[in-house]
Amino acid sequence: MRPDLHPIDDIQAALDSGGDRLPESDVPPHTPLLEVRGLGKRYGGVVALQGISATVNSGEVTCVLGDNGAGKSTLIRILSGVVTHDQGQYLVAGKRVKFSSPRQALDRGIATVFQDLAVVPLMSIWRNFFLGSEPTRGIWPFRRLDIEHAQHVTVAELARFGLDVQDPHQPVGTLSGGERQCVAIARAVYFGARVLIMDEPTASLGVKQAGMVLRHVVQARERGLGVIFITHNPRHAYPVGDRFIMLNRGAMVANVTREDIDLNDLTQLMSGGADLDELSHEVQDQQR
Amino acid sequence: MSMTPPLTATTSSRGTPVSPGRNPVVRALSRPELGSVIGAIGIAAFFATQTDQFATSAGIANVLDVTATLGIMAVAVALLLIGGEFDLSAGVLTASTGLVTALLVDQLGVNIWEGIAWSLLFALTVGLLNGILVTRTRLPSFIVTLGTFFALQGINLGVTKQLTDTVQVSGVDEAAGYAGARAVFASSVTVGDGQFRVAILWWIAVTVVATLLLVRTKFGNWIFAAGGSPMSARNVGVPVGRTKILLFMTTATAAWLVGTISVVRLTSVQANVGLGEEFNYIIAAVIGGCLLTGGVGSAIGAAIGALIYGMTQQGIVFAQWDTDWFPLFLGGMLLAAVLINTAVVRRRAEDSPG
Repeated sequence: MRPDLHPIDDIQAALDSGGDRLPESDVPPHTPLLEVRGLGKRYGGVVALQGISATVNSGEVTCVLGDNGAGKSTLIRILSGVVTHDQGQYLVAGKRVKFSSPRQALDRGIATVFQDLAVVPLMSIWRNFFLGSEPTRGIWPFRRLDIEHAQHVTVAELARFGLDVQDPHQPVGTLSGGERQCVAIARAVYFGARVLIMDEPTASLGVKQAGMVLRHVVQARERGLGVIFITHNPRHAYPVGDRFIMLNRGAMVANVTREDIDLNDLTQLMSGGADLDELSHEVQDQQR
Repeated sequence: MSMTPPLTATTSSRGTPVSPGRNPVVRALSRPELGSVIGAIGIAAFFATQTDQFATSAGIANVLDVTATLGIMAVAVALLLIGGEFDLSAGVLTASTGLVTALLVDQLGVNIWEGIAWSLLFALTVGLLNGILVTRTRLPSFIVTLGTFFALQGINLGVTKQLTDTVQVSGVDEAAGYAGARAVFASSVTVGDGQFRVAILWWIAVTVVATLLLVRTKFGNWIFAAGGSPMSARNVGVPVGRTKILLFMTTATAAWLVGTISVVRLTSVQANVGLGEEFNYIIAAVIGGCLLTGGVGSAIGAAIGALIYGMTQQGIVFAQWDTDWFPLFLGGMLLAAVLINTAVVRRRAEDSPG
C-alpha cells in the first residue's frame, strides 16, 4: 500500500476553505504570467533541453514531471535566472526576458524555492524571512533593523499559511522540513512573487510533511500566484496540478491539463508506459 | 503533527506582536557566549582566591592591559569567523601598520597623524586584497591569508632592514603631533596602584559597535547568512562576496588600530612582532562561542574570550606558576570551548528536526 495518498484529503480541505487573492495585476487579462516558446539549452555539444513551450497562468499550478536527467533542473535554472537559455523565447507578463541572475528574476516577480537551500538553518525565523530585504529605520549611521515590525510581519504572514509561530526568534533549523518550505513560500509571497517555482519541495520529506507542502502549494495558488511545481512523483503532482508537463531526455513529451488525464495515466506516462509494460512481462516470465 | 513537537507553548493572545515566549532559561542556554561567561566567572573566582594580586587595582589593570588589544582583534576576527572566513594575516598586519606609521615618521619626518592615516589606507588595501582573493578564487581563506601572512612578514623584515639597517624603527615620539596621538591611543589613568590604559576604552567601544552591527543592522544579518549558508543567502539576493570583502577590511582596520596603539605607546616597533598572534585572536573568538564553520558567534563572546585569555595569562604569573604551562591551559580551553560550542549549536538547531 502506498501511504502517499493521504495528503489528498488535507489538500481538499484547504481547497474548500479557500483563501484570499492578491489584488489584480496591471497585466492585461489573458496574458500568461510566464510563457516559454521553443526554449532550449546546450552545454557544449550536449543538448540539455530543447523545444519546451508552455504557459503559466495566475491561479494555476503547472507541474513539471520527469525522471532524473529529464531536463527538469535545467528548466528551473533557466526560469529562475541561474542560467540563460540559448534557444527560443522566455516571456514574463508578455515581455521577452533574459535573466543573468536570480535577483533579476526575483525583481520581475519570479521566486524560486530551492529544495535544500531555502533558508539559513542557524538564523532565526524572522531574520530568515527578511533576509536580503531587511526593513530598516533611522538615518545612517544610526540606521538599524526594524526588528519589531519584522517579527510582527513574520508571525502574521506565516499564520496566513497556517504556520503558528509565536517565537520568531527560534532558529529555522528547529522547524521541520515542511515548515521550512512554508517559511520560504510565505516569504516569496510577501515580497510580491507572482510566479513561485518549487524545486522538488516534497522529495526528501515524509508523508505528513509532504502533505503540508502540497497544502502550501494550493494556498499559494488560491492567492493568485502561478505555481511551477517540479517533482518526480505523480502522486504529489496530481492532487494539486492544473497542468502537467512531462520531460524526457531534455524534450517535452506531454503537456496536458487535469481534465485530459487521470492519476493512473499520469503515472503510466511518467514512468514511460511501454517500458513499464515490458518490465512487468519480464517479471512474469521470470516467475514461470 | 505527531512527528513535530509543538512550536511554542505560549498562551499569549494573537494579533499583537508577542514577546518571545520561550523560557528565558532555555533561551540563555542557547546563547553562543554562555560557556565563556561561565568560564570567565570561574577563572576570575579561582585566581581571586588563589592569589593576592589578582583582585587588586593593579592586578585588574594588568589583566585588562593584555585583554584590550587582544580583545579588539578577537572581536573583529569573530565577525569574520561568523561570516565563514579566516584571517591568518591579521597578527602580522598589526606589525605592518605600526611599521608604516613609524617609517613614514622616521624616514620622511611626516606628522604622526599623516603616518597613521597612510597606515590605515595600507591596512584597508591589504584587507581588500585578502577579500578579493578569497571571493574571486573561491579558495579557502585559510590558504589565501596564509599567503598574505608570509608575504607581509617578508615585507616587514625586508623593508625595515633595507631602510634602517636594523629590525626595528624607533623615534616615533619625536614626530610632530605625537602628544595628541598619545592622548588618543596610549594615555592612561591611575586608579589606586593600577594604571588603566585607554586601549581598554577602545576595546569596549569596538565590542559595542560590533555587537550593534551584528544584531541590529542589515549588514549584521548578511554576516550571519554569509557564514551560515552562502548559497541560500545568494538565492535571496544577499551580496555574499561584498559582505566577506568588507569583513576582511574590518579585521585589517582592527589590526591598524592595534598596531597604532602599540607604536604610539612603545614609540618604536619591532619588525617581527605580531607573529603567532593570529591564533590567539581565533582562540579568543572560539572561546567566546564562535563556530569555526561560520554562522554562529557574538562580539560580546569574543570580548569575553579575550578576557579569559588575559585573566589566565596574568593569573598564572600572579600565582607564580611557571608560565611555560600557559599554552597547555590555552589548548585545553580551546578544546573545551569547541566541544561546548558544538553542543550549544546542536541544542539550537538539531534537537527537533521534523
